[in-house]
Amino acid sequence: MTLGFDRRRLLTGGAAAAGLALAAPALLRHARAEGTGPIRIGFPVPLTGPFGAEANDQVRAAQIAVKEFNAAGGLGGRLAEILVRDDKLNPGEAATRTLELIEKDKVNVLVGGLSAAVTLSINNVARGRGVIYNSISQSDAITEAKDFGRTTFHEALSPHMTAGAVGRYVFPRHGKRVAFLTADYAYGHEMVRGFRRAGAAFGIEVVSDVRHPIGATDYSAFLPMIASLRPDVLCLCNFGRDQVVSVQQATEFGLKQSTKLVAPVLLLTARKAGGEAFEGVVGGTSYYWGLEETVPSARAFNDKFRAAYGGAVPSDYGALGYAGVRSVLEAAKLAGSVETDRLVPALEALRADFYKGPQYFRTCDHQSVQSVLIVESKFRNQRTPDDLFSIVHAEAPDEAGLRSCAELGHRQG
Amino acid sequence: MTLASLPLTLVALQVVTGIALGAIYVLVGIGLSLIFGLMNIVNFAHGAFFMAGAYVGVFLYGYTGNFWVSLVVAPVAIGLLGLAVERVLIRPLYGRGPDDPLLLTFGLAYVVVESVRILFGLTGLPFSAPPPLRGAVDIGIGYFPLYRLFLIGFVGLVVLGLWLLIERTRFGLIIRAGARDPQIVQVLGIDIGRVWLAVFGLGCALAGLAGILAAPLQGVTPEMGVPVLAEAFVVTVVGGMGSLAGAVLAGLLVGIVVAMTSLIAPDLTKMAIFAVMALVLLVRPRGLLGRAGAFG
Repeated sequence: MTLGFDRRRLLTGGAAAAGLALAAPALLRHARAEGTGPIRIGFPVPLTGPFGAEANDQVRAAQIAVKEFNAAGGLGGRLAEILVRDDKLNPGEAATRTLELIEKDKVNVLVGGLSAAVTLSINNVARGRGVIYNSISQSDAITEAKDFGRTTFHEALSPHMTAGAVGRYVFPRHGKRVAFLTADYAYGHEMVRGFRRAGAAFGIEVVSDVRHPIGATDYSAFLPMIASLRPDVLCLCNFGRDQVVSVQQATEFGLKQSTKLVAPVLLLTARKAGGEAFEGVVGGTSYYWGLEETVPSARAFNDKFRAAYGGAVPSDYGALGYAGVRSVLEAAKLAGSVETDRLVPALEALRADFYKGPQYFRTCDHQSVQSVLIVESKFRNQRTPDDLFSIVHAEAPDEAGLRSCAELGHRQG
Repeated sequence: MTLASLPLTLVALQVVTGIALGAIYVLVGIGLSLIFGLMNIVNFAHGAFFMAGAYVGVFLYGYTGNFWVSLVVAPVAIGLLGLAVERVLIRPLYGRGPDDPLLLTFGLAYVVVESVRILFGLTGLPFSAPPPLRGAVDIGIGYFPLYRLFLIGFVGLVVLGLWLLIERTRFGLIIRAGARDPQIVQVLGIDIGRVWLAVFGLGCALAGLAGILAAPLQGVTPEMGVPVLAEAFVVTVVGGMGSLAGAVLAGLLVGIVVAMTSLIAPDLTKMAIFAVMALVLLVRPRGLLGRAGAFG
C-alpha cells in the first residue's frame, strides 16, 4: 500500500466527514424544532476554583436525575442530556458560557450556578432570551422583581429563609447579645439582614457588626475586639474557605467558651475542611444525607447516589443539582413538552417530594418553598467518617419564612 | 470607631496580634529576599512552596501524630525540592536576563498547585495546633492564643539563627560577597554556582517552614500560597530587596498595619498594605533598609 493511496483515501474520507459535520448541526436543529431530539439541559457550574468540590458533586447528582428520567422512558421516548460548562465562578465567564449554551448548543432549559453574582449573571442572559433557568445557588436578589423573569426559578434556599430559620432556632436557645462577622458582599449582607429580621421578634441586641473583605486569610485582627464584647452568639456570615478559617481562628482565640458560633449556611465541605474546630458550630442547610432517617425520599435519593458513586453520600449543594434537574424534567412530563410557555405553568404547578420532603415554587417569585434544616457539627462522637452533623431542628416549608411578594416588588399575592 | 475610643489593652492586644501575623510575613519575605538579593531571581513559585510545605507537614502529621517532626521535615523536604528546581530548571537560565527565571517560576507555581490538587483534592485538609499549644493564655493585657505566642518566639529564633549564619560564618561572608560582586567572588576561587544552589534551597526551605507554621492558623488548601506571595512581595519591597533586617522590620510593620486597620476600618485592610508600600517607596525608593547590591 503506497503512501499516496493512503493520503487520497484519507482526504476523501475527511471531506465526507467534514461535510457531515457541517450538516449535522442543521439536521439536529431541525430535529429539535420538531420536538424529537434529546432534551438538552445546560448546566453551568464552577468546576474549577474554590467551589470546585461542590460543583463536581452537583454534576454527579444531576446526572442521576437524567439517568432516572431516561430509564423511565424520557418524555414519550425523548431522552434528556446534560451539557456541563465551567463558569469558573466568574459572572462574565458564566454569561459567555450561558450565551453559547443557548445560541450554539440550543439548550431547552438551564440549571446551575453556585454564587450569588454568577447566578444573577446566568439569569440575566437566560431571561433576555426567554429560556427557563432553575437556579441552584443561594440568592435573595434573584427572586426580587428587578432581576426576576417569568422564566426564573429558584430551587435553592434564599439567604433570607436560611438565616431566618437559623436565627429563630439560635436566639431563644443561646442568647440575645449577637455579634456579626460578615464577608463584605451581597451574600453576607443578605444573611445579616435575615438574622436581624428574625432577631427582632426575640429582641436581640447587636453588639458588633464587623465586615471583612471577601477571601480574607486572617481573622485574628477582628477576634480580640469581638471577644471583649462577650456576645452570646457570633454569626459568621461568610462562605466556604472564609468560613473555615474564621471558625478555626475563633476557636483558637477561645471564643467558644462563652459564645455560640453560628454559620447561616453550614456546608458539608466546610465541616470536612475545618475538622475539629467546627465541633458544636450550628448552622442551616438545604440538605444533609442524615435526613434519610426520617424522610423516605431522602433515603431513596441517597441510595441512588451511593449505588452510582461507590458508597459516597451526596453533599448539600450536590443534592440541589439533582433537585434542580429533576424539577425541570418532572415538569416536562407534566407539560408533555419542554416549550417554555408550557413548562413555566407546569413548574408552577409542581408539588414535589424528590429528596427532602414536600416543596413547591411560590407563584409570584418562583422561590422553592421547602424545609430548612438546622444542623450542629459533630467531631468526637462521629459514628462514621460521613457522620458529620446532627439535625437538631427542621423548619417546615412555610411562606412565612420568605419575604412577601409585595416586598419583593411583585404585584400578585 | 476611632483609635482613641478603644481601651488601651485592646489596642495592645491588637499589636501583639499584628506581630503574630507579621511573623509569617517575615519568614516568607526573608526567603524571597535572600533569593532575589543574591541571584536576582524573582521567585514566583514562593507561594507554591509555602503551600507545599504546609501539605508535606500536614501529611506527615497524619502518619506520625507529631507536630515537631513535621516542623523539621517539611522545610527540609521543600529545601530539597528547591535544590532540585535550581539544579534542573533554573541553572540553564543563568545569564539569560531576569525574565526567563521569572516566567519559569511562574509556570512552576501552577504545576505545583495543580499537582497538590490532584494528589490531595480541591477542598483542603483540616489542621489544628498540636494539643500542648492549644488554648489561650493571659498575657497581662488579655487572653491570647498560645500557638501564636509560640509562633512569635519560634520565628524570632529562626531569624536569630539566620542572622548568625549570614553575619558570623564563612558561608555568610560568601553570600554577602556574592550579592555584592559575584565575578570577584568567582575570581577568588569560590564556586558561586554552589552558593546559589544552597541559597535557593534555603529560601525555599524558609517558605516551607512558614507554610507548616501557618497551617494551624488557617488549615491547608492548594490556593493558600496565592495571597501569601503578594504579601511577601510587599514585605520584600518595603524592607528593601535583599535585606534580612529589612524583611524582619517590614514583615512586622505590615502585620501591625493589617491588625490596626482591621480594628478601625476593616474594609480598607487589603488596601492598607499597598498604601504602606507606596508610601515607603515614595520616601525611600530602595525600601526601608535596601542598598544596591548588598546583603546584610
